[in-house]
Amino acid sequence: MLAQLLTFAWSAPSVDYHALAPEIIVAATIVVLIALDAFTGERSRWASSSIAGIGLLLALIPIATLAYDGVDRIMFGGGFVVDNYALILQALFVVAGYIVILLSTNYIAEGDYYEGEYYTLLLSSVLGMMVMASARDLISIFIALELVSIPAYMLAAWRKRDQKSNEAGLKYYLMGVFASAILLYGMSLIFGITGSTLLVNIGADLGSYISSQPIITLGIVFVLIGFAFKVSAVPFHQWAPDTYEGAPTPVTSFLAVASKAAGFVAILNVLFIGFYGRHDVWEPLMWALAALSMTVGNLIALRQTNVVRMLAYSGIAQAGYILAPLAVAGATLGTGGEALRSIVVYLLIYAGMNLGAFAVVLAVARKTRSAEIKSFGGLFSYAPVLTVCMTIFLFSLAGIPPAAGWFAKLSIFSSLASAGTASGYVLAVIVGLNSVIAFGYYGRLIRVMWMDEAPDGDRTPIKVPASLSFALIITVAVTLVWGVFPGALTHFTDQVTLFSLLR
Amino acid sequence: MKDFLNSWGISLMVFLPLVGALAMLVVPKAKEQYHKVVALAASLVVGFIGILLMTNFDYDANGHLQFVVDKAWIPIINSRFIVGIDGISLPMIALTLLIVPLCIIYSWKHFPEPKNPKAFLILILILETGMLGSFVAQDLILFFVFFEVVLLPMYFMIGVWGGEKRQYASLKFFLYTLFGSALMIVAFLSLYFLSDKIPVNGQMMHSFDMRILPELATGISTGAALFIFGGMFMGFGIKVPMFPFHTWLPDAHTQAPTVGSVILAAVLLKLGTYGFIRIAIPILPGAAEKWAPFIGLLAVIGIIYGALCCLAQTDMKRLIAFSSVSHMGFVMLGIATLTTFGFQAAIFGMVAHGLITGMLFFVAGSTKDRYHTLDISRLGGMLKSMPHMGWILGFSVMASLGLPGLAGFWGEFPAILSAYNPGLGLNVAFFRVLMVIAAVGTVLAAAYLLWLYQRVGFGVPSKEFEDDPHLHDVSFTEWLAWTPMLVLIVVLGFMPNIIFKVTDGAVSHTIAIVNGLGG
Repeated sequence: MLAQLLTFAWSAPSVDYHALAPEIIVAATIVVLIALDAFTGERSRWASSSIAGIGLLLALIPIATLAYDGVDRIMFGGGFVVDNYALILQALFVVAGYIVILLSTNYIAEGDYYEGEYYTLLLSSVLGMMVMASARDLISIFIALELVSIPAYMLAAWRKRDQKSNEAGLKYYLMGVFASAILLYGMSLIFGITGSTLLVNIGADLGSYISSQPIITLGIVFVLIGFAFKVSAVPFHQWAPDTYEGAPTPVTSFLAVASKAAGFVAILNVLFIGFYGRHDVWEPLMWALAALSMTVGNLIALRQTNVVRMLAYSGIAQAGYILAPLAVAGATLGTGGEALRSIVVYLLIYAGMNLGAFAVVLAVARKTRSAEIKSFGGLFSYAPVLTVCMTIFLFSLAGIPPAAGWFAKLSIFSSLASAGTASGYVLAVIVGLNSVIAFGYYGRLIRVMWMDEAPDGDRTPIKVPASLSFALIITVAVTLVWGVFPGALTHFTDQVTLFSLLR
Repeated sequence: MKDFLNSWGISLMVFLPLVGALAMLVVPKAKEQYHKVVALAASLVVGFIGILLMTNFDYDANGHLQFVVDKAWIPIINSRFIVGIDGISLPMIALTLLIVPLCIIYSWKHFPEPKNPKAFLILILILETGMLGSFVAQDLILFFVFFEVVLLPMYFMIGVWGGEKRQYASLKFFLYTLFGSALMIVAFLSLYFLSDKIPVNGQMMHSFDMRILPELATGISTGAALFIFGGMFMGFGIKVPMFPFHTWLPDAHTQAPTVGSVILAAVLLKLGTYGFIRIAIPILPGAAEKWAPFIGLLAVIGIIYGALCCLAQTDMKRLIAFSSVSHMGFVMLGIATLTTFGFQAAIFGMVAHGLITGMLFFVAGSTKDRYHTLDISRLGGMLKSMPHMGWILGFSVMASLGLPGLAGFWGEFPAILSAYNPGLGLNVAFFRVLMVIAAVGTVLAAAYLLWLYQRVGFGVPSKEFEDDPHLHDVSFTEWLAWTPMLVLIVVLGFMPNIIFKVTDGAVSHTIAIVNGLGG
């Protein structure tokens, strides 16, 4: 008996290397970066950004082959799954990471920061996100989350001689650790009730424990609040604006897009597989978080004078939109699927348009050395192309066709309406009203760029470095193509599901 | 030829302006002449395609959509690229095709500060795509996209090239419309989910297809339908604009550059009324019947309120803007009767208002160019200093107040008359009261318009403009831009059947849907 148990316990799990190839490639790139940094000294530091970028692009190859293959691959007893959902999000993280590298190249090189370490940490964080997309177990979700977060804490404080950057890093770190603690506590409660860390088992068991309602409620709420910190949903958002403003702008774009998306992925994983049967607990919570986030985020964004802070609050509001479908996701499996797909669509479009907006902010800051809204005055007169790009991104964020954001909003509306409940419609109207409020500040920035004069009368054109231009081309193309042909996006997302694991 | 038009005609017409805009995008803005020529050429080619479509249009079957294209667009929500033209959209398309080139011709020498013809003309072309697209779209999502696309260029046009308070006006315009369209899209989606499913490629799916939605939406409960209609009412009503959502209009018109005002008055406002006729009423006739008295009431309030506001204005452009509120009230009254006659009057009113108010805004723009003010008390004696311009203003004023023999009459008079006998189960007494009040509105219209003309046209020029060298009479480009509109105002006034014939079948078809399924 004991011998049998031992042999069972020690048998190596079967590993599907094809399924793990994307993660392995990124991990290998990290090793190469460290080695390069350690053994070649100053001479070849410049190569680190290229190597990091190439590594991420290489990781796209196995993602594509896996997607082409189309088979769901389940590993490690169900704790790690590679399916359509995981692949499309891994692709999102890899491409977002690549664009952040493009944004970082000149900033980091010219700022005389530590290049090798920077890209190593950035890739580690991306690796964590990729694992997150596949993780179907509380433990692996937690590890993935920490792998995402810990490098990000350091990156936020990268400009180490700048007080604001230090503040950003420290604030982010303390809040992040606090959230992790709450998350772990919630997870331990769930584990205590169900006796399993595997989300599938939790999902199967959670519904049957009627008597333990308070503990289950507490567990679910704590887990979700832990992630709510990560996605900066109101009222757990206070860290975001300070951190975004203080961190180096490329890092901010990374936090605002990729890191936030990872938080949403974690929420989707636990909600749809683990907690789905207990929608009576999390639906009202999500409703409140969504309504609060979008309203508070938008109202505070109206008062900002700094573009990065404005984008931070706009990101909080956008988080509210993304959470909204979850408020009705439990009604039926059909509504749930609709909600899941609309969130994935939103995350993809959000990544494109928000990274693009940050790219423009970076490009403009190269000349004006400032991210104040005032410093964007008269941009149209000396940088018309950048202005048009930024206008496209802002219209997209505001959800106005033909920029892609409209389809993201439409998906949200559509999944809210598909539930057919009063709470769904009310939330849809709240989203609608918020879209109007949001245009107040997006429109103001557009107005400043197009209609105001340059603040110091300086109209020398902006030199946009090649890597930034490339990032802009990718993001503008994505924003417009998805906006005009949403079918090009839904073609990939309409197969996404998390229910195949449910029994 | 016919085959080509059937499959490509509409798409070509809608997207060709964008091709022109792209061709302008790549050329530096210093080459102003190039931009003007390309923009005008693009709009003329688009107009030519439109003429081809109109000559190949089967007028005997104007109740049926023609040149229909139906292609997959967003398969996951079964939203399709469906476009087509029938008797209701044809006059609107013709109006758009006419106004845009005229605006480009007019702006040839009239570029408002800060000039930049390249950007200005690109915006006009994008606007043309949006307007034409809205009028041909037969899918709710497609319609919504074009409806929103129209917003962007107009926002920039007012915000960049507008008057002193342009930033306030442009933002107000945008936020009002956005508010309406946010509620409208929620209404569209709830309509989508509550209506019946149809088989698509072997799967049962909901549909956004406007052609079949009237049938699919019959199962929607009265309560839900009332809410859905309410959402659409906000979207379209703000655009019209109906009292009390009209407050963006005077600001937008006053601040917009001349061409912006003309397009706004001539075409953009019609998107709202067109939305009622095309979408809201046929799809939800039951709810329309419940809403109709309310709409009629607001329309009449708009007529009277707009007219009274006109009497109080001191700025010529603002006065014309408020007259728009009043005139669009007649259109909405016609629509609210839910009768063939009322709809016909409304569509005629839309075209007539587009031509006449467009003309008035052109004259106001040219007046501002010469006098550098639109303060009515400072103008005066235009007939003396610029006789042609004075006569044109007089002509437009007469047309606007609904003088028989000119186009304005056929929009206003039948609309009032239609309220005598409202359709479906509408309260006859109530609508007759509305009719009487609306008739009083025409008297007020005559009052404020004639008073405007007396103060601007008659008398002697005031001291400050006595020998002003800027006061030269109508210029060549102005003649070029205005003549077609002036001629049309007369022609339509004498031969209103040109439009009534086109719309007749389509309107009867729509009303048949309303009567067959509603009430």
